[in-house]
Amino acid sequence: MRTPSPDLRAGATDMAPLLVGIAPFGLVVGAAMVSSGLSVPQALGMSVLVYGGAAQLAVVDLLASDAPFLVVAVTGLVVNLRFAMLSASIAAYFRRLPTAWRWVVGSLLVDVLYARSVTTFDRDREVDRRWYYLGAGVVTWVGWQAGTVVGIVLGTGLPGSVPFGFVVPLIFIGLLVPALDDDSTVVAAAVGGAAAVLGANLPLNAGLLVATGCGVAAGLIADRRVD
Amino acid sequence: MVSATQDALVWLLVAVVGAGTLAFRLSFLLLFQRLDTVPPRVERALSFVPPAVFAAIAIPAVLPLEALLSLAPDPGRLLAALAAALVARRTGNLVATIAVGMTVLVIVRAV
Repeated sequence: MRTPSPDLRAGATDMAPLLVGIAPFGLVVGAAMVSSGLSVPQALGMSVLVYGGAAQLAVVDLLASDAPFLVVAVTGLVVNLRFAMLSASIAAYFRRLPTAWRWVVGSLLVDVLYARSVTTFDRDREVDRRWYYLGAGVVTWVGWQAGTVVGIVLGTGLPGSVPFGFVVPLIFIGLLVPALDDDSTVVAAAVGGAAAVLGANLPLNAGLLVATGCGVAAGLIADRRVD
Repeated sequence: MVSATQDALVWLLVAVVGAGTLAFRLSFLLLFQRLDTVPPRVERALSFVPPAVFAAIAIPAVLPLEALLSLAPDPGRLLAALAAALVARRTGNLVATIAVGMTVLVIVRAV
């Protein structure tokens, strides 16, 4: 039995370089939240309670275009539905874990932490997964919140000559493209993207929801074709 | 100006989306204490959510319906997105993807 501190530190130091990607994303989301009319406490509250950049962006984007409450809420939840999948996957790495630890692991769970942790768990059988994950997870959380706070403070004060708004689609391109690892996933993305373009003018700003449904359905159909 | 009603609605939204998101994060971590496996079809369907959502957000920002119908895409956005996709494919590096995409966009706009 090893003492927790070396693995805690290993998680933190492995995650630290990734802050170069995490903190600027937080900055963009922080600025987007206040730019679309959220108060500073609301932006901070959303950052802590939702803790998912993609969903936060989708929600403030819909809020700014006066979409109905239910549509905004459901869209935010749909964007974060992927955490259920990550939860299922990471749970397999934490077989015999006390309930309190399960709450800690779940509360910190985000894409980049998941990716970093499972990569290490697959490679290093000796690592104490709990402490490694906690070290990496705290660094991720602090880096994200720090970036968000800077973004909230700068808000619309970010230089206007630089088209910062385009960082958002670039982030999604950066997350999407490396994940296109099989034909069905490519089909899901292509159909989801195309449906979102065509459905941009759907009533209730339902385009994103409908497009996601189309993409998932297309992926499942593509799977059957392969079988 | 944001009214008091809207203000309360935003807080309600933060609470609802926050609670739902926490439920998703905890879902299988807590379920797995009882259950041993996720139905493969459910897991497969869930695995299509990220690519579908990411593309559904990114692609209309690069090629909006109006630009598509008028056959007048914004060359800056299009080239920036293509360059970013190429970097993402080659490196898988999010920071490099954003940096290259933004650089291309700023250069094309300046030309």
